[in-house]
Amino acid sequence: MCLGIPGQITAITDAERMMATASVSGVRREVCVAPIAQGPLEDLVGEWALIHVGFAMSRIDPDEAAKTLEALRALGEVEEELAAMRASAAMLEETR
Amino acid sequence: MKYVQEFRDPKAAKAVLAAIARVADEIGATRDKPVHIMEVCGGHTHAIFRYGLDKLVHEGIEFIHGPGCPVCVLPMSRVDECVELAERPEVIFTTFGDAMRVPGTRKSLLQAKADGADVRMVYSPLDALELARRTPDREVIFFGLGFETTTPSTAFAIQQAAREGLTNFTVFANHITVPPPIKALLDDPHMVLDGFVGPGHVSMVIGTEPYQFIARDYGKPLVVAGFEPLDLLQSVLMVLEQIRDGRAEIENQYARVVPAEGNPASIAAVEDVYEPRPTFAWRGLGEIDASGLRIRETYRTFDAEEKFGIGYGTRGRAVDEPEGCACGLVMTGRIKPPACPQFGKGCTPDMPLGALMVSSEGACAAYWQYGGARAEEPA
Ligand code: SF4
Repeated sequence: MCLGIPGQITAITDAERMMATASVSGVRREVCVAPIAQGPLEDLVGEWALIHVGFAMSRIDPDEAAKTLEALRALGEVEEELAAMRASAAMLEETR
Repeated sequence: MKYVQEFRDPKAAKAVLAAIARVADEIGATRDKPVHIMEVCGGHTHAIFRYGLDKLVHEGIEFIHGPGCPVCVLPMSRVDECVELAERPEVIFTTFGDAMRVPGTRKSLLQAKADGADVRMVYSPLDALELARRTPDREVIFFGLGFETTTPSTAFAIQQAAREGLTNFTVFANHITVPPPIKALLDDPHMVLDGFVGPGHVSMVIGTEPYQFIARDYGKPLVVAGFEPLDLLQSVLMVLEQIRDGRAEIENQYARVVPAEGNPASIAAVEDVYEPRPTFAWRGLGEIDASGLRIRETYRTFDAEEKFGIGYGTRGRAVDEPEGCACGLVMTGRIKPPACPQFGKGCTPDMPLGALMVSSEGACAAYWQYGGARAEEPA
C-alpha cells in the first residue's frame, strides 16, 4: 500500500482542482498533481511520476520509472495496485 | 546464491555482496555476534524476503524487521472503531483494501461487510470523495491509515472537500509517523540496533531532516533506500561502512527519488490539516508520544471522530491482543515469526490471527510466503 507505482501524465483534466489523467501500466486513472505542481500544469504532460493512492507524489525520469516498475512487478505489487484501481473505478461506476 | 540470478544485474549484486562481506569481516561481525540492521519499511521487509537477501548477505548481518507496515501496527481497538462506524446504517465506510482483513475484537471489516455493513474498498481517498458527491444522502467515511507517504492524500482530499463545501464526507484519521517509533525503539533498553535502512517513499515526502536525531542523539547510522534489491544491498553496505569508520550520519542512497527537503506541497497540506496527538497506541509497541495525527479544529466538520463521537481515547480501554499472539515480540525483533506458537497453525495469511500475517509487508506473511524451508528453522 505504501509503495506507489510509476505512471505517465497524459492530460490535464481540471486545472483548478489540479487533476490529470495518468497512464499506469496501461490503466488510465485520474490523479491529483498538487504535490508535483510547479509552474504551468501543462508542462507536466508527458512527464513520469510516482503515483501513490491517486496522487502524483514525485517526478521521476523514464529510466527510473522503468526500473521501479520492474522491481514492483517482481514483488507482485503492480497487479495489486492495478486491481485496486479497477475495482475502485467499477464501484464508482455502479454508484452513478 | 539461489536468488542472485533474479536480480536485474546479478554481477553488480555479487560485487555489492562481496563488499558487504569484506566490511562485515573488518567490523568483526559473526553469526554469534551479528550487526543488527533494522529495515523500517514494510516494503523493504517484503523485498528482503522476496529475494532472500537475509540469506545472501554475510552471516554476521541480521535484519530486524521494523514497524513500518501501517496495517501491522494498527491496534485491535482501531479496527473495532472502524467496524462500529461501518455498522451505522447511514454510513458508507471506505478503506484501502489492506485494512479489510485485520482482525478486530468482534470482527474484521471484511466480516462486517459480509454481515451487511456498507464497506467499500477504494484505491484512493479521491474515490471516497467522489462517492460522497454521488451519494449526498449518505455519510461517506474514509479510513485514513498510513504513514507520511499516505497522509498527504487525505490532507489534500479534506482541503478539496472544504473548498466544495461537502457536508457528507469525513475522514477517520489514524495516520502515524515514522520518526517517533524509531525513537521509542532506540530508547528501549532491550533493543540492540546498530543501524537503519530508512524508508524510501516516506522520505520522498518528509525528506532526510526528520531523521537527524538518530545520528546526532543516538549515534546510529541511517541510510534512506530504494526498493530494488540492489538498492537495499547498497544501503546495507553504506550502513556497514559508517559503522566501520565510526561515523553516524543520515545518508541518502535513493536521491534519484528522494530530495533532501522532501515534498514541500505535501508537507504544507499535512501541516494545514493535521496536528500531532499527544500519544498514540501501536500494536506491539504500546503508546508512543506524538506518533499519531488528528484533524485540526479548522477542519473538524471533516473529522469522523468529531462527527460520530467515536475515536481515539473515546472508549477509554485498551484492547488485549488475541491469546497466543506474539506480534509484539516479533515487531520489536525479540523473536522471529516461526517462533510464534501460532505461526502456520492458528495464524496463516488466509486466516490471520495477528496483523503481521495480514499484509505482504508484514514480517510473518513475508516469512510464510517466501520462507519455505527457512520457516522451519529455529529462530
Ligand atoms: S504468526 Fe500470527 S500471531 Fe504469531 S506473531 Fe505472526 S502475526 Fe502474530
